[in-house]
Amino acid sequence: MFPAPASDSYGKSQVMKARVTVTLKTGILDPQGKAIEGALRSLGVEGVASVRQGKVFDIEIEGGDPKKAEALLKEAADKLLANTVIENYRVEVVG
Amino acid sequence: MKAAVLVFPGINRERDMARTLKLVSGTAPNMVWHAEHELPAGTDLVVVPGGFSYGDYLRCGAIAARSPVMDAVRTFAAKGGLVLGVCNGFQILCEAGLLPGVLMRNENLRFICRDVYLKVERSDTPFTRGYNAGQVIRVPVAHGEGNYIADGETIARLEGEGRVIFRYASPDGMIDPNWNHNGAINAIAGIISERGNVLGMMPHPENHVEEAIGRTDGRGLFAGIAEALEKAA
Repeated sequence: MFPAPASDSYGKSQVMKARVTVTLKTGILDPQGKAIEGALRSLGVEGVASVRQGKVFDIEIEGGDPKKAEALLKEAADKLLANTVIENYRVEVVG
Repeated sequence: MKAAVLVFPGINRERDMARTLKLVSGTAPNMVWHAEHELPAGTDLVVVPGGFSYGDYLRCGAIAARSPVMDAVRTFAAKGGLVLGVCNGFQILCEAGLLPGVLMRNENLRFICRDVYLKVERSDTPFTRGYNAGQVIRVPVAHGEGNYIADGETIARLEGEGRVIFRYASPDGMIDPNWNHNGAINAIAGIISERGNVLGMMPHPENHVEEAIGRTDGRGLFAGIAEALEKAA
């Protein structure tokens, strides 16, 4: 009854799943991580030494060339996803 | 003064800025939409106002910094044109690479909306000629991410080259952690570019320009810019 939305990956020739993980560089103060750390402690979750908050981007990439995909993800991270002044990133093509 | 005020989706301080520019210089600015590829002919001041461009998604100012109009601003700045970024505008200028460093979450994690005191470090810039060096002004802040940081080398260069223009201070001009509400390194509230033609600052001088509001400390900044532009013309 309902047509599949245009953005759905069904029916496309080939799509690879990928992930970009952005984390704060060592030494950069992370007040949000600190607050989460404190909250975990007050919830009684024992044994947490520290928390650093980051971001994960799950990205679908057209085509089937993992090398190309990796280059594209790096470009995306450098141009927008990460601010390399304060953040590091890691890219993975999951397949 | 032929000012252009940039407008991004989610910006909400552009009308305060436009009102102030008209009030102080007598000429209403052009409002320039983010999708434009060029600034209006004859523009001599670009203002990136405050607000929440793109809802602060990803990082404050990150998406606005990659708008088409920012390429035009980059070209304008490279020719020596004056660019002022306030609050989200400062964040956008940092994300666009027009100023170094980054504005992080406030140290106490809170959105802070109140008046602060700023020490004006220099009066020999086109932005601060309306003040005396060492003068303290009182202006409002309204931000959750105003905690300026950069790597050690950048901070040393900014300090060494006298590019820190405003610092959070006590009412008598002392640099004191108790008056540095957001935890910015070296109490930095505003910096200029290497060439001195791009200023980014977290506080809102445009909101203290009318007697009816109670204070006019921000007026000097806009009057100074207008004077500098007149002199240059």
